[in-house]
Amino acid sequence: MKRFSLAIQGWLLILPALSVLMVFTHWPALATFIDSFYSTPKGRRPSRFVGLSNYEQMLSDPVFWKAAINNLIFVAGTVPLSIALALIMALWVNDKLKGRTALRMAFFTPTILPMIAVANIWLFFFTPQYGLLEQITGLFGAPSWPWLGSDKTALFCVIIVAVWKEAGFFMIFYLAALQQISPTLGEAASLEGASRWTFFRRVQWPLLMPTTLFILINAMINGFRLVDHVFVLTHGGPDNSSTLLLYYIYEVGFKYWDTAYAATLTTVLLATLALIAAIQYGILERRVHYR
Amino acid sequence: MERQDPYQPHGLALTLETIGAWLLALIWILPLAYAVWTAFHPPEFSTRFVLDAPLTLDNFRRALDAAPFARYALNTFLLVTTILAGQLILCTLAAYGFARYDFPGSGLLFALVLAQLMIMPDVLIVENYRTMSRLGLVDTIPAMALPYMASAFGIFLLRQTFKTVPVELDDAARVEGASALQILWRIYIPLAKPVYLAYALVSVSHHWNNFLWPLIITNSVEARPLTVGLQIFASTDQGIDWSIICAATLLSAAPLIIGFLLFQRQFVQSFMRAGIR
Repeated sequence: MKRFSLAIQGWLLILPALSVLMVFTHWPALATFIDSFYSTPKGRRPSRFVGLSNYEQMLSDPVFWKAAINNLIFVAGTVPLSIALALIMALWVNDKLKGRTALRMAFFTPTILPMIAVANIWLFFFTPQYGLLEQITGLFGAPSWPWLGSDKTALFCVIIVAVWKEAGFFMIFYLAALQQISPTLGEAASLEGASRWTFFRRVQWPLLMPTTLFILINAMINGFRLVDHVFVLTHGGPDNSSTLLLYYIYEVGFKYWDTAYAATLTTVLLATLALIAAIQYGILERRVHYR
Repeated sequence: MERQDPYQPHGLALTLETIGAWLLALIWILPLAYAVWTAFHPPEFSTRFVLDAPLTLDNFRRALDAAPFARYALNTFLLVTTILAGQLILCTLAAYGFARYDFPGSGLLFALVLAQLMIMPDVLIVENYRTMSRLGLVDTIPAMALPYMASAFGIFLLRQTFKTVPVELDDAARVEGASALQILWRIYIPLAKPVYLAYALVSVSHHWNNFLWPLIITNSVEARPLTVGLQIFASTDQGIDWSIICAATLLSAAPLIIGFLLFQRQFVQSFMRAGIR
């Protein structure tokens, strides 16, 4: 009887959070999948079952492929770059440099600023001729270039801003992990005559592995979620050269109001996120020693 | 005496490292520094950097005249407090249930909660919009707040914290006849105070900056938060008047920047604490 009442209490404690979670996360995820097999209701015509035709439309939609490939490039660009920078920042700030508190603060500041706000400042940086970037390159006599207006560099700019925004956030986790490494390890390694590089490669880097995995997963998720700056910098253009999946979903769902097709695209995004989860729990967790 | 780190760089290596670190920091702070420069100087100095440029607050006045930033700020304030209040209540209850109650299905339910770490409301915009319009909540602050209230991250963080509380305290209070909620209120919540502070800082700064969902679900000045207001302001009204855009940018981030400057250590430690699992 006591066991039973405890179980009821446990259930009641969880119920409020779980019901909100069900309504705004689990159900919409499921509904997205279901809706991807139906047509968009138009006027008096209700939505009807159309099988895989939304998916067929997607596979023959060049903008979808553009967004998907751009997104992969975006992830491949931001993830390694922001992790490498985060690690360098953390190693630097961990050493006793002059003004390390100020350094740490400078690296961390982008984390707390609204992306939509700072993107406006980056917009000015990239402006041809009188933007800050070209004022600097102009000193070296480099010709003017429409950084955001060219399909060759727009995605690159979108990547740079994302790296700038994220690296300092990831630095924090490396810093915390570095500070937990026992100083006796450094003393032992130096007695053995190990160089600083060897110490990093053989001692610090392996011990940072769980942190790297944690950051890697977060960076990958953000790679599919971070689109705020696209709204300011390029609007996905020119000619969709800097559009990302979530941005395209926004356009399809809320500019063209093709909700069924937006649901189909969202299903692809959800499947990608599920794949990242599977990689985390399946392969990497087994390999990496986790605390 | 302080222990000497044998791998602390010396001499030339230290100099090079310091220069490298400061250069990178300079690049990192440049956008904010530029915004401050432009916002506090007359427009003709927005692309000219001379030391004797006169200071002015005129850009801020013009920005405040051009868009209802005070209203946007109020909406953002209401939004982040609504979300935080909801999160604190829902996550505390659920975390306590997961940490201290053993009941059939708790493992599965916890896995369902953790699924939200991957599949966030941020990407479920199409269906959540549909739900909100069915509920008649479009263009309201609850519509912006609701999807984020049951935060898997908050539940996870608090559950880990609650698990470190000795069960003996729990049992002793129970023997004295305290109810579950009394135990939670008198023992668990006070012991988890630093974690609550960390979580609150992370939550507030995250939702202060959130953009896509508020953009979709609001369409009037009465509900729009700062981020959306700023974007509409910068993209339509002002063309490329950088001074006024920079002033508006600083206005919309000011509470976070000031908070960060004052409580720098707490901010960094909070993000650290909240991120380590």
